[in-house]
Amino acid sequence: MIPPQRRRRPAGPEEDPPPEPCGKNPQRLYVLTGAADHGERAELDLVTLIVARADPPAAAQPEQAAVLRLCANPLSVAELSAYLNLPYSVVTVLLTELLTAGLVQARAPIVRQALPDRSLLEAVMHGLQRL
Amino acid sequence: MDFKGSDTITGPRTEDHLPHTAQAAVKIVVVGGFGVGKTTMVGSVSEIRPLTTEETMTQAGVGVDDDYGSRSKTATTVAMDFGRISITDQLVLYLFGTPGQERFWFLWNGLFEGALGAVVLVDTRRLEVSFEVMDRLEERGVPFIVAVNTFPDGPRYPLDDLRSALDLGPDIPVVECDARRRASSRDVLMTLMRFLHSLATTGALT
Repeated sequence: MIPPQRRRRPAGPEEDPPPEPCGKNPQRLYVLTGAADHGERAELDLVTLIVARADPPAAAQPEQAAVLRLCANPLSVAELSAYLNLPYSVVTVLLTELLTAGLVQARAPIVRQALPDRSLLEAVMHGLQRL
Repeated sequence: MDFKGSDTITGPRTEDHLPHTAQAAVKIVVVGGFGVGKTTMVGSVSEIRPLTTEETMTQAGVGVDDDYGSRSKTATTVAMDFGRISITDQLVLYLFGTPGQERFWFLWNGLFEGALGAVVLVDTRRLEVSFEVMDRLEERGVPFIVAVNTFPDGPRYPLDDLRSALDLGPDIPVVECDARRRASSRDVLMTLMRFLHSLATTGALT
């Protein structure tokens, strides 16, 4: 039996359309509807770890208070999105407000480098071996 | 939006709390077509019950795959399941099961750009679903391995035939797995890590 054959597109100049052209590709709903994008949004990755630095102030919105309670221990942005049942983009808006107010701390992820850190890769391998 | 109010939020179980020493996270992406077993693989190795992050987008006149429902211009929710493995007291690994369609990837900033690498999960019954995924990862310079999730009713090809069909270089690992089994899924991740390590050693990753 012969499997179907992958055919690569010919190498050469990129034929791809520019990212997110109007009217064709999908758009994030909360970008379009807007409240989100009036300020600077913090650089937050799905796996940025968030830790609360304070108890919820009395004036905190329910969503903000919920974030602060969930982040008593470090928790990723992705987990916050899941537990709060809110889209990722909405969570990043909430977190930007909390970061600006100094109520949470963000611990940046380790991202892929052109020259990977071998000791990091070895640490991950050791961790996986213990599974 | 269906925020339920902070009193009804169920957070992580006590045993799922990360220690305060957790300083940073890394991520690996498991990418493949609908029903190929991404969530199964994530769930089999995760230390927490797999969770789901969602993003809502508008669809401006482009047909959405049947997998995701509507073809009309409307808001669509795209979901991504993920799991977590604690590596050390300081380091946490997250695994994301990501839809194969590139047009959804931008919904989560940096999903692939920051990932250590990717596992392309393929189903021999629908091999062609994975072709475009591999094109896109190559274009983005995301290192990946191929894991063949073996289904009882799927055709079995010799791995060399699969490598040839997928037009993969000799250095890219192709392994079979049973995504339901923790040990098997862990071996897939180990294969990816060894591959990344070899790239780091040879300096091939530029």
